[in-house]
Amino acid sequence: MTGKKLRVLIAKPGLDGHDRGAKIVARALRDAGMEVIYTGLRQTPEMIAEAALQEDVDAVGLSILSGAHMALLPRVLELLHQQGQQDVQVMVGGIIPDEDIPRLKEMGVAAIFGPGTSTQTIVQAFIEAVGAGPSRG
Amino acid sequence: MSLVAKLMDGDRLAFARLLTQIENEELVGLDCLSDLYPHTGRAHIVGVTGAPGTGKSTLVNRLVLHMRSVEGGKEAERETIAVVAVDPSSPFSGGAILGDRIRMRDLAGDPGVFIRSMASRGALGGLARATAGVVQALDAVGFDIILIETVGAGQAEVDIARTAHTTVVVSAPGMGDEVQAIKAGILEIADILVVNKADIHGADNTLRVLRTTLQMARPTREGRGYLIRDEVEADGVMWDPPVLATVATQGEGIPELSREIARHRSHLRDSSEWRVREGERIRSEMELLLRDHLTARFMTRQPDGRFEEALERVLTRKLSPRQAITALLEGEDEWHAKSEGKK
Repeated sequence: MTGKKLRVLIAKPGLDGHDRGAKIVARALRDAGMEVIYTGLRQTPEMIAEAALQEDVDAVGLSILSGAHMALLPRVLELLHQQGQQDVQVMVGGIIPDEDIPRLKEMGVAAIFGPGTSTQTIVQAFIEAVGAGPSRG
Repeated sequence: MSLVAKLMDGDRLAFARLLTQIENEELVGLDCLSDLYPHTGRAHIVGVTGAPGTGKSTLVNRLVLHMRSVEGGKEAERETIAVVAVDPSSPFSGGAILGDRIRMRDLAGDPGVFIRSMASRGALGGLARATAGVVQALDAVGFDIILIETVGAGQAEVDIARTAHTTVVVSAPGMGDEVQAIKAGILEIADILVVNKADIHGADNTLRVLRTTLQMARPTREGRGYLIRDEVEADGVMWDPPVLATVATQGEGIPELSREIARHRSHLRDSSEWRVREGERIRSEMELLLRDHLTARFMTRQPDGRFEEALERVLTRKLSPRQAITALLEGEDEWHAKSEGKK
């Protein structure tokens, strides 16, 4: 069991305590053969960017149900860029109003999943996003 | 700038990528590791092992927090710490959930701490195959202490004792009776024993059982049998594994644990143990590599289908596995004889 494995960080930024969705997604990604670093609740953007760097992940999945996405996500993306991690794909799940989606995509969020998305769709989106991302130097 | 120069210059992103390459056994990473090797040998490698749910991650979190906040110490004098946390891979999907960071959130934001999660990727000894390589890289770039947290281990996952200088075995109350404690394996590899969750019922009992077991006799690492207590004391230079009580969630017993780890390092350095253990460690690493390489070379030299043919004969019970391997190796000898003859 060696060779390249997709490494993914799953985290919950902000202060809401609903981590069930994040755990289900983490498990689905595991079952798809990925190595999922699960950091749990109440992560700051700084903690997320730092963990992504140390763990050298291909993608970061963030679950936000607090409504604070427009404050948290730009900061995460900014920090990832500052550290040279612009090739790390950022995926978001949770309660994200439709009108915010275009702006988030513009900022560089690769995909956004609302309530009711199947885990299959999410797994597929992770695989595609990482495959389509800029190759690593 | 070369990768090695970048690493020595503190390029953390390049370093994190190198660890991935080592983990994936990519040639570029392994070559770089060879270049880094002369810089290794300075770090104190500490293993933390024990059954699942005994609180290893929480203990590591508190221990690192304590080691990094020693009173009066200036930033430059504080020891930098790397944590390698291994969790199991799924035997079915090959995926893994690496959750040790959940308990280590207090360490975020400290530039002197680097945490890396690893999946076991099918290895059974409590570590991943690439853990030793990752530890070497961390050692080379200058981390003073490297803590390795193993997969939740039961009885036989003792690889850590061959990888670490100091092995901490974590137990908790209610994990089994005295017979569990005297079975061979994980207790024997302990340089320091910790009974975590010492605030719950039954902790006194667990502490007493472990202390009594160690007091009666303990094995020598060299396999010369058992030393009894009096001999241990008369010897003087022998390390007597302490049994400590901790409550990691509250930080109780952590300063004592930190002190014992440092004391064990001094003990190893002052006696010949450090060299002996390094020798053992490097020997087992080289033997493992040799085995892998010989197997790979043997396989590439086999005519197509020869191994499958032998496998088929074993499956149909015409040959035992041992006979089949002997036959394959005889074929190999003929190959050698032929190639000698051609020269």
